Amino acid sequence: MSRPNRSEIDTLIDLLARLPGLGPRSARRAVLFLIRKRGILLQPLAEAMQAVAQNARECLNCGNVGTTEICEICSDDTRANGLLCVVEDVADLWAMERAGAFRGRYHVLGGTLSALDGVGPDELRIPQLKDRIAGEEITEVILALNQTVDGQTTAHYIADQIEDRVALSSLAQGVPIGGELDYLDDGTIGAALNARKRL
Amino acid sequence: MDWRDTGILLATRRHGESSVILEVFTPERGRHAGVLRGGASRRMQPHLQPGTQLQLEWHARLEDHLGQYRVEPLRGRAATAMSDRVALAGLNATCAMLAFALPERVAHPRLYESSRNLLDLLHRPDLWPLAYMRWELALLNELGFGLDLTSCAVTGETEDLAYVSPRSGRAVTRAGAGDWAHRLLPLPPVLRGEGEASDREVHAGLEVTGFFLDSHLSPLAGRPLPAARAAFLDRLARRAET
Repeated sequence: MSRPNRSEIDTLIDLLARLPGLGPRSARRAVLFLIRKRGILLQPLAEAMQAVAQNARECLNCGNVGTTEICEICSDDTRANGLLCVVEDVADLWAMERAGAFRGRYHVLGGTLSALDGVGPDELRIPQLKDRIAGEEITEVILALNQTVDGQTTAHYIADQIEDRVALSSLAQGVPIGGELDYLDDGTIGAALNARKRL
Repeated sequence: MDWRDTGILLATRRHGESSVILEVFTPERGRHAGVLRGGASRRMQPHLQPGTQLQLEWHARLEDHLGQYRVEPLRGRAATAMSDRVALAGLNATCAMLAFALPERVAHPRLYESSRNLLDLLHRPDLWPLAYMRWELALLNELGFGLDLTSCAVTGETEDLAYVSPRSGRAVTRAGAGDWAHRLLPLPPVLRGEGEASDREVHAGLEVTGFFLDSHLSPLAGRPLPAARAAFLDRLARRAET
């Protein structure tokens, strides 16, 4: 028995299956679920996706993703406190915002330097970072880059470029909250021990 | 087909959503790639940084297949290097040079030993540049392009060696060079294991090894020397200035 509109549904399944964490089976289940909840989920989802597709853009200032040319964080004057947190990716910015521990502004690099993948300084938003330090009266730049070889290579490169203009700091390394020593890699344990603090 | 060995992780590449392709340098099988299922997981990522010493199990149906790895981390080296700019640049340069210069699946046990020893010195940024320069000489030697800096190619003398011939890679004395001196490369004494091993001298030595690496290996690889090596030299030059 043939199903009506099979091609549209199959297209939707194919598209969903490309999303991270989903495969063809889970995409099929998601599509079936959406069809069953057409009124309360599928229609609003389609409208939301349409709106995002039309309006989503990169903030001209920091590289965050929003629906305006200048994102909410950059337009918030209370966050112009001279602190600028440099992150690798928008996902890292959102993670920092979830934590709610930082009230300054951000700068998204858009990746890390990688000799293997041919990513050089010109491919990242490093020139824009230099412009912002000069133009926004930044007093401290916090390098919140991943603790990977590429992340730290990028951090050192940025430090070379701006350390004579502004105070620089980086995130601490050590035992995560809820972490058990037995499950930590030797590098993290060594870093945590080096950065120990007096109680 | 399967084998067990230890190896130095040179690079990882994402493969699908959860796997990575590992490129490792092993003593018995040289530079060898393979897929690691689950290698993109958060649990594995701290262990899969360049320079990590791994226990490896490789399995494939046929020998020329890419195959799959199972790994157990033995010793990480990235954490040692991350806090020091020269050490981190050196770690990047070593791994990039091995990935660039070595043919796949050809054993280089002596070079493996010297690479492992070099990476184990990363916690000594004072010694490291000299060790790296010697390692590049060993790399050239291992790949059949070794420099002969023991005596003059023209006169046979062993004293006052001041140049290297860019064609033969042999030392030349000041007297032997004569009017051709401007066409020869300067020979920093540190390349012969003489004189002081300051950052400036080592940098000069690396300019010479770089010339031969570029002229011999780049045509074979079909690409220029890795940018990571230039970044290391740049880092060393900055340290020499301070």
